[in-house]
Amino acid sequence: MGNFIANEGLSIFVILVWLGINAYLFVEFYMRFLVERWFYTRVLLGHALPWARAPAACLNFNCLLILLPVCRNLLSFLRGSIQCCSRTAARQLDRNITFHKLVAYMIAFHTAVHIVAHLFNFEYFMDAQLNRNGSLLTFVLSEIGNGDNASFLNPIRSNETNPTIVMFTTIAGLTGVAITLALILIITSSMEVIRRSYFEVFWYTHHLFVIFFIGLVFHGFGRIVRGQTNDSLKTNKPDLCADNFEDWGKAGSNCSVPVFAGNPPMTWKYVVAPMFLYLCERLVRFYRSHQKVVITKVVMHPSKTLELQMKRKGFHMEVGQYVFIQCPSVSRLEWHPFTLTSAPEEDYFSAHIRIVGDWTQALYEACGGDRNEPQEAWKLPKMAIDGPFGTASEDVFRYEVVMLVGAGIGVTPFASILKSVWYKRIQNNQEVFTKKIYFYWLCPETQAFEWFADLLQSLEGQMAEREVTDFLSYNIYLTRWKDTEAAHFRVHHEAENDPITGLKQKTLYGKPNWDNEFTNIASKHPGTKVGVFLCGPPQLGKSLEKQCLSHSEDDVKFIFNKENF
Amino acid sequence: MGQIEWAMWANEQALAAGLILLTGGVVGVAGQFRGWQFAAYAVAAGAFVCLLEYPRSKRAKGTSVARTGQYCFTVCVKAFGPLTRNYYVRAFLHAAICVPGGFMLATVLGCVCLGIASLIYLAAAIRGEHWEPILPKKETRKPVAQSIKNPPQNPPPRPPAELRRKQAKDLEAAAYDNPMPVTLDE
Repeated sequence: MGNFIANEGLSIFVILVWLGINAYLFVEFYMRFLVERWFYTRVLLGHALPWARAPAACLNFNCLLILLPVCRNLLSFLRGSIQCCSRTAARQLDRNITFHKLVAYMIAFHTAVHIVAHLFNFEYFMDAQLNRNGSLLTFVLSEIGNGDNASFLNPIRSNETNPTIVMFTTIAGLTGVAITLALILIITSSMEVIRRSYFEVFWYTHHLFVIFFIGLVFHGFGRIVRGQTNDSLKTNKPDLCADNFEDWGKAGSNCSVPVFAGNPPMTWKYVVAPMFLYLCERLVRFYRSHQKVVITKVVMHPSKTLELQMKRKGFHMEVGQYVFIQCPSVSRLEWHPFTLTSAPEEDYFSAHIRIVGDWTQALYEACGGDRNEPQEAWKLPKMAIDGPFGTASEDVFRYEVVMLVGAGIGVTPFASILKSVWYKRIQNNQEVFTKKIYFYWLCPETQAFEWFADLLQSLEGQMAEREVTDFLSYNIYLTRWKDTEAAHFRVHHEAENDPITGLKQKTLYGKPNWDNEFTNIASKHPGTKVGVFLCGPPQLGKSLEKQCLSHSEDDVKFIFNKENF
Repeated sequence: MGQIEWAMWANEQALAAGLILLTGGVVGVAGQFRGWQFAAYAVAAGAFVCLLEYPRSKRAKGTSVARTGQYCFTVCVKAFGPLTRNYYVRAFLHAAICVPGGFMLATVLGCVCLGIASLIYLAAAIRGEHWEPILPKKETRKPVAQSIKNPPQNPPPRPPAELRRKQAKDLEAAAYDNPMPVTLDE
């Protein structure tokens, strides 16, 4: 239980505070519309009025929040600053996309409540105009302001219209429709199925948020929600005057005709700062994209993986960070994230890119991957890099004992870590805080081993040379194989080098028994905090998280860190 | 954007539109708005669109992720054959369904969303996509090979005794070419 708090405590706290603020705003703004000033408005609308205004306030708050988690340069800067104070707080910033999604769901929810309430509002306003009976307070209220067109209460000014037409002829209505449509399109194209398969659709449609924010700011400019002015409240007190509405303004009555005005627009006050921050974020990305990046080497690996080695002036990275790569000749608008596979100690930085979609395929062709002869350096395409951005992998060296788990291509951040470990420990012989690394690589097919085998082979050789054999313990698991391959493995079971990787450490088959692994590690390292780092599918993350929670007892604590893009 | 199957996005959009149309219709009927007949229609139309769109199509390339419990819906939708398979039909159907929604404020949003879904389906149809049901794969038992019925009459050929003795120590040298051709029974 204690480890659950250590792992999840801060997240839960943040979510509770956020929900609390939402609830508070909802109730507070609901109550604000139950006061005297809105008495006559409520005569027309009933409780539909506060039901529309309360989610509007929550929407203001959430639209303020939604832009903040996606300012990744700002977050990276914050993360670096907080890192020195609290590792937990810094890890919280890694969950920015999760928070962005939660806020988006809340916006969708509040939008729904707001729209339903306004449907009732429009209907009631229309009713008031259609029941043209002078002995009805609703009609009398609707007739106010017919002369000057400024002091009216009912925004529907005649009975020869219908709510749909009114919606399309008011600023609030038009902007409302536009931003709701934008929101719906953004949400449907952000569904996991679409996002994972066709990133381009998701990314381009998501830019409808520009329309969303512009519409949002102008949504209140029509001042369509109207309450009694303060001056009017002095001459027409609703609790006294509401009943004798037929005598308003007549000689002998102490009630004059009430005067109404709309609230000034408030939304811009909430969203202008985040919009400015996001604009700065895009400018930073734009500036960084224009810094010259040179491709020094292109390597085509057998498992449809392209390795790009690049240099940029003033580029400085930490282990396991990622960058966004743009190739203008492939697409001017797309930036795609890739983990850096080089170590900070090397004089270049590299990324291994799997060829799975449109953009990667086009990049592969632009770098001459489909041609056999080596390319001239000047023929290679111009690249732009945004980053590097920090992720949980930076924390690896802060733990004394570390478990690294990578599934398939998810091993890339760990490639960077292992290389850095090799440089630090073996070449420079620096003292590192990390004393033991357990590395697990789960792979469904043998081909994917090829480019990583090099690194492991050289590590293995170096470690054997210097007789530093117990620092790094690695396990490679082949999780799927064909029958024909199985026969080959069985026959070569006794060979000195592994038939797949060529390493001395044998490949294991099937999935690891995590229970055993965790128990072993717990028994070998009592009294330490063990960092568990995963880059892989969510199901594996869930099972590892469970193992971390169940094996953290007494003195050994397993802290789970997950990478995600 | 060459690889996209537009139908996948159209499906999400249409499902969302169906839900919005349904909700708008429910509000219109429950609040007894003017024109509640359109709202009642929207409830039925929204429910119909949701039922039609709930089962995801099988993707032409890549793995398809089925929605929870979509199997019964898949069977129903499949029963209509070419009417549901063809996306031109769906595009025009959605365009037709959405029109009455435009006559009442509560259902206007559903109408516009469904209209957009209809346009995306049209794009999908023009690109030649069609709806394929996701059905669980049937287990095919491998046919039993003929040779299993006739066990071998003779023991397998073995190298002479002195070669056999060395096997335990030196695997590579003990390997030999089998004089009889060996094939895999598939």
